[in-house]
Amino acid sequence: MSTLTTCSPASSTQGRRIEYITPRANLHHDGDGYTLELEMPGVAKDGVEITVEDGKLTLTGRRAEDQSFGRPVYRERSQNEYRRVFDLDPSIDTDKITASMSQGLLTVRLQKSEAVKPRKITVA
Amino acid sequence: MSIIRYRNPELATWSPYDRLSSLRDLLDSAFQLASNAPGNPESWAPALDIFEDEEKVTVRVELAGVKKEDFDISLQDDVLTISGERKAETEQRGSESFRSERYFGSFTRSVTLPSPVKADAVTAAYQDGVLTVTLPKAEEAKPRKIQVNLE
Repeated sequence: MSTLTTCSPASSTQGRRIEYITPRANLHHDGDGYTLELEMPGVAKDGVEITVEDGKLTLTGRRAEDQSFGRPVYRERSQNEYRRVFDLDPSIDTDKITASMSQGLLTVRLQKSEAVKPRKITVA
Repeated sequence: MSIIRYRNPELATWSPYDRLSSLRDLLDSAFQLASNAPGNPESWAPALDIFEDEEKVTVRVELAGVKKEDFDISLQDDVLTISGERKAETEQRGSESFRSERYFGSFTRSVTLPSPVKADAVTAAYQDGVLTVTLPKAEEAKPRKIQVNLE
């Protein structure tokens, strides 16, 4: 069975190369589909963009403009955008993809199309 | 007033081990990195930033997916500690895991603040998985403007 496999984070097409952060991801599979979780701390609901094109699922997260907190004394956090691309399993019904964002955790539910869901057929 | 032997301050602080201590710090940080490497689910440490202006110190910590009630903030002297636990939510029975990169479990992160703060005026906000702790500076740490009259 083909699964959701990662592609490398795509770079910008404008020639100018943008460095993206690859968000940490967890992926669970059950009979009905997949649940994908991505960590995007600092990204609000309206900063998330999810697109499906050519069998690829692209997830982008943009941070809201950080207000100024003063002079940085010590920094570990990157300000770059989050981006990750997955190859979609053809069994996924792309019309039924749903997503929610809660405290920087993006959860995407990918349902399998009815035709491929496991079915129990009772013999009459 | 006690009498102490005069020591050249530059000479007094120099020790033959000083050069080694930076090497030791480097090694310590390498081991720290190794212990946080993927595959070690025992501990993780959230990334943080520290900012400072004339009025306050601001510490911002990335806690994506941690619930508000699952972490604690404490301040002792000039050390701020954020500790808590990230709990797995969607892990259901009967589902298989295809990819597991996120860290779960308890974490602790302590930082020494760059200047003294008013402990009773500390506030915190948690939004979009980022914790922002605002620590107003103690009066003695604020820069003062002294008017000098020129005659």
